[in-house]
Amino acid sequence: MPEARQTVWTRKDLIGIEDLSREEIELILDTAPQFVAVSKRESGIKKVPLLQGRLVVNWFHEPSTRTRTSFELAAKRLSADTLGITVAASSSVKGETLHDTLANIEAMHSDVIVIRHGCAGAAHILAARHDSHIINAGDGRHEHPTQALLDAFTMREHVRQRRGDPEAGLDGINVAIIGDIEHSRVARSNIWALNKLGARVTLCGPATLIPAHVEKMGASVTSDLRAAIRDADVIYALRIQLERQQKGLFPSIREYIRLFRIDNDSLRAAPDHALVMHPGPINRDIELATEVADGPRSVILEQVSNGVAIRMAVMHLLVNFGGKKPTGTL
Amino acid sequence: MIRTGKLPQETVVVMDSHTMGQHIHRMAREIVEDNPDIGSLVILGILRRGRPLADRFARLIGEMTGQTPRVGSLATTLYRDDYRTGLGTAKQRGDTHFDFSIDGVTVLLVDDVLAAGRTIRAAMDEVMDYGRPRRIQLACLVDRGGRELPIQPEYFGWCVATRANEWVSVRLSEMDGEDVVLLERYNAEEGA
Repeated sequence: MPEARQTVWTRKDLIGIEDLSREEIELILDTAPQFVAVSKRESGIKKVPLLQGRLVVNWFHEPSTRTRTSFELAAKRLSADTLGITVAASSSVKGETLHDTLANIEAMHSDVIVIRHGCAGAAHILAARHDSHIINAGDGRHEHPTQALLDAFTMREHVRQRRGDPEAGLDGINVAIIGDIEHSRVARSNIWALNKLGARVTLCGPATLIPAHVEKMGASVTSDLRAAIRDADVIYALRIQLERQQKGLFPSIREYIRLFRIDNDSLRAAPDHALVMHPGPINRDIELATEVADGPRSVILEQVSNGVAIRMAVMHLLVNFGGKKPTGTL
Repeated sequence: MIRTGKLPQETVVVMDSHTMGQHIHRMAREIVEDNPDIGSLVILGILRRGRPLADRFARLIGEMTGQTPRVGSLATTLYRDDYRTGLGTAKQRGDTHFDFSIDGVTVLLVDDVLAAGRTIRAAMDEVMDYGRPRRIQLACLVDRGGRELPIQPEYFGWCVATRANEWVSVRLSEMDGEDVVLLERYNAEEGA
């Protein structure tokens, strides 16, 4: 009997892309299309009962609109109950540790904890000690795994459409990631994911914003934007993190715009079919010109739609197939 | 019973291609007799082998009445009740797809084998999430008994009470290259 795939999901948590195998990444991507269809239902009920009666807690220690809304919607479309903890109004400002706060949330029988935190490793240390399924929604400069998964899914859908091959993967495609790599957990997760899926990654930005030894992760580096996007199937612009630019890592915003902005002029160096992506929020006309962000190559809003489906897939796999007990020793 | 991947001890052909054709033809006739207004009948095949059967019913009904009902696919995987018990798998059987409204019409669910009835329960829940059909009917090629829910098919081909070590395997030419129903017997210790 021909069965599509035998990969079995066993993980309790989703901490980062670095830990995942190619097969696990593909299992998540292959689980998502049915959830795209749920959100698109024109008649009837836009939800399914896979997490009925489960409690999903959104615990965000950093500002977020897209990711937080996306996780909340994903949980609701799986019929889970959701709870958001606002850190500014919570006991962490009184000095309670992450472990203690989570132990208290778990005493109220949570099932899934979605955590964003400014410190790399926050999700990891919680996952190793607690029974809840932990999903990393961004930890410091380390990883943002669901972003990389929704990006890979969006790229794969377009490669499949363009080639007319519903089974096509990302093998051999060229992805140029432009901008502030140094501060970007999105870039890190994307480099891991794209490498595992067989894509070639080129990083481009001011030399001060490219981390040392990043080639060891399997990416090539250039500071010439036009060289970076010459063969690109995907141009991925990162947000210039203005809040982190006080250190003078590049001379001026004007110089960044001149050298690295994706606009109609710089896009002439890229192939016609190249997609433009951005994880949001956009600094309009700094890393991405408005004409491009709102133009025909941009799939930025598709990324957002796909994000809900990917997060539904992740929660479904973790809760309904994943392990139940912490395995770490931290 | 969960099959182990080993070969059965004994395989009996319980329905050959000719008999299967007769059963499907008779069931199609019963569906037509029961549904005088074919215009308000739609057929949803439960993936995977319910879909080719649904297409066959639609074709036969079209030949009999001059009106071919619309056909879609139901995955049911998002409505299963066995994830929490650890029995479900992440295997994808394909996606639900139909591009017509099911409000106010008769929805005929089609599956190859009916046993516990849990797939049909999931299918009914999924259908209800898409709208409010006037009624839901069920057609199954083989009813192998062992019901765990109060569900009965309106139309069935062949009915047998199987034992714990017996497995009914439906093979269809569209997917498997032949039309045949096999009753497979496994060693007792391999069963359950």
